[in-house]
Amino acid sequence: MGKTLYEKLWESHVVRSEPDGTTLLYVDRHLVHEVTSPQAFEGLREAGRSVWRPRSILATADHNVPTDPHIAEITEPIARAQVRALDENIRWSGALAYFPYRDPRQGIVHVIGPESGAVLPGMTVVCGDSHTSTHGAFACLAQGIGTSEVEHVLATQCLVTRRSKQMRVWVEGRLPHGVFAKDLALALISKIGAGGGNGYAIEYAGPAIAALPLEGRMTLCNMAIEGGARVGLVACDDSTIDYFADKPFAPKGALWDAAVRYWQTLFSDAEASFDAEVWLDAHTVAPMVTWGTNPEQVTSVEGVVPDPESFTDPLKRRAAEQALNYMGLTPGTPITSIAVDQVFIGSCTNGRLEDLRAAARIVRALGRGKSERVKRVLVVPGSGQVKAQAEAEGLHRVFIEAGFEWRMPGCSMCLGMNPDQLQPGERCAATSNRNFEGRQGPGGRTHLVSPAMAAAAAIFGHFVDIRQLPGIEE
Amino acid sequence: MRPFTVHEGLVAPLDRANVDTDAIIPKQFLKSIRRSGFGPYLFDEWRYLDRGEPGMDCRKRPKNEAFVLNDPRYAGATILLTRENFGCGSSREHAAWALVDFGFRAIVAPSFADIFYDNALKNGLLLVVLEADIVERLFEECKTTPGYQLRIDLPAQTVTTPEGEIFSFAIDPHRKECLLNGWDEIGLTLRYAEEIRAFEKAYRARFPFYFIGEEEGEEE
Repeated sequence: MGKTLYEKLWESHVVRSEPDGTTLLYVDRHLVHEVTSPQAFEGLREAGRSVWRPRSILATADHNVPTDPHIAEITEPIARAQVRALDENIRWSGALAYFPYRDPRQGIVHVIGPESGAVLPGMTVVCGDSHTSTHGAFACLAQGIGTSEVEHVLATQCLVTRRSKQMRVWVEGRLPHGVFAKDLALALISKIGAGGGNGYAIEYAGPAIAALPLEGRMTLCNMAIEGGARVGLVACDDSTIDYFADKPFAPKGALWDAAVRYWQTLFSDAEASFDAEVWLDAHTVAPMVTWGTNPEQVTSVEGVVPDPESFTDPLKRRAAEQALNYMGLTPGTPITSIAVDQVFIGSCTNGRLEDLRAAARIVRALGRGKSERVKRVLVVPGSGQVKAQAEAEGLHRVFIEAGFEWRMPGCSMCLGMNPDQLQPGERCAATSNRNFEGRQGPGGRTHLVSPAMAAAAAIFGHFVDIRQLPGIEE
Repeated sequence: MRPFTVHEGLVAPLDRANVDTDAIIPKQFLKSIRRSGFGPYLFDEWRYLDRGEPGMDCRKRPKNEAFVLNDPRYAGATILLTRENFGCGSSREHAAWALVDFGFRAIVAPSFADIFYDNALKNGLLLVVLEADIVERLFEECKTTPGYQLRIDLPAQTVTTPEGEIFSFAIDPHRKECLLNGWDEIGLTLRYAEEIRAFEKAYRARFPFYFIGEEEGEEE
């Protein structure tokens, strides 16, 4: 009987287990940001407790921070107070590293974790943020937790948890040209539903996954939570190991060799069994665009806004009616005739160098600036390092010449906790992860797409099928 | 955490699937560094007609009369009845804090998002999973019966309707114990501090490459 990757990761971290399955699971890396940690630190201090292993912490300010390069100080008092609280809490606790607001290494916590090598294959990783599932791309058992659990991990270095059921998503073939991990993630959610992964850890496997670059695997695992799964996973392979070779916190010398020997065991054995299996053919996936207010309300760019009457399930029918009403869309409208007011390229889903390259490739190929009707195009690198690399490649000039705004790193308009927000009724092509009502600003309307699709929408002012654009072959 | 044993209360029906935590408590309220005071902003964008900001006096704000929690017949509700995948999206525990602060003691639905489930139970908010067809019936009864109440008995793991119908629900023993007693989970875990330390020592010997940057070590 073989073991799944999830079982291997789980078993290596079990401190103790109760007969009912309740388990104390050891945590290797605790990622901390300003929004979900202040109450945890406060609780700890009120109870007179200390931090168990300060150097398991990597901290940064990402959710609240302004991304406008002309804004030096956070002007909003409560946002500033929250970022300062993080400064003070980390000064009090200590950490492996802290990248505060406007530090050159600051960025979205899920981008800086791997790029600094603070997150490594085989680790358990937690963060008070649901997109912690991102790190499963490196064969980490990584999950989002609430603030009570943040406090619990600070105090005990453990999570009280139970084993998840396991789902394997096998993706055959290879993604076609112009189709990205984001499209695959959305296609999968449309298949299993926004709650289809509840109770499961999802392992993504198969030839199409093996062919994905690490950045694409991160996008896929990032959106596991949008299908309900707290954990996404991909087996460790040579490309995973290569990714960490030169990272600051990665082991060196003999420790590196020992680590690699272990990491090479981080895959699901051939005989391992899963509680659920889902199969997808990558060749059939097209560029995807959400039309509704949860990520399962999605269709291909060739499609039309659906008629709520076409849903047989009365709950889904009503949800579609509510969504179309909120989104201001009429059934039967071709996706390619939906015009956008703003475009957002960034986030922990699609704010890495590969994503910016994909967007820049489209802009270069089209050779013209943003559409007149598009009010604003934000390009927000996921971290200071991503920003520096993009600038070294000249990507920022491509964006700026096209009339896009080149911003400082942060979560930005993925959730609009900072000043980057939609106005009521504005429609946005966004590379982020959630199209919930009000997510990007009260009354804002979000369509989730890949970075290449977002860039094309910025140039045309409406969605286009990027597979049909001339001159964008790789 | 406030213990939960038996609770009988008025039911408010929120007839939507996939209610996400952005809807439960919008982002602008997450800037607070406190655990309390979120109740007035619960479901802010559905409950009020204006744009909510932290610190607003909500008693003076224009209400969306069509929203269920503004319907006088559900005033004082302590049990929320809703549809599948409630609490999906962000891990913000502020969602659980807002529901508790508003006065909810329990939520009944066919399913809940995983992270929200943990967050709620750690705050004494009991989440009861019942089959979708049972939830459908409760919705019909609730909408047609003024003053519709449910009785939720955690020790017996049952929900009782006004007609006396009884439905059982599942909860794992550890979480049930914590809820019944209002236990502080950190205190419980720290009883095993020696075991954690022993595990950590062996783990570090086996995986020294996960302790980069800690070579000098922390003094235990």
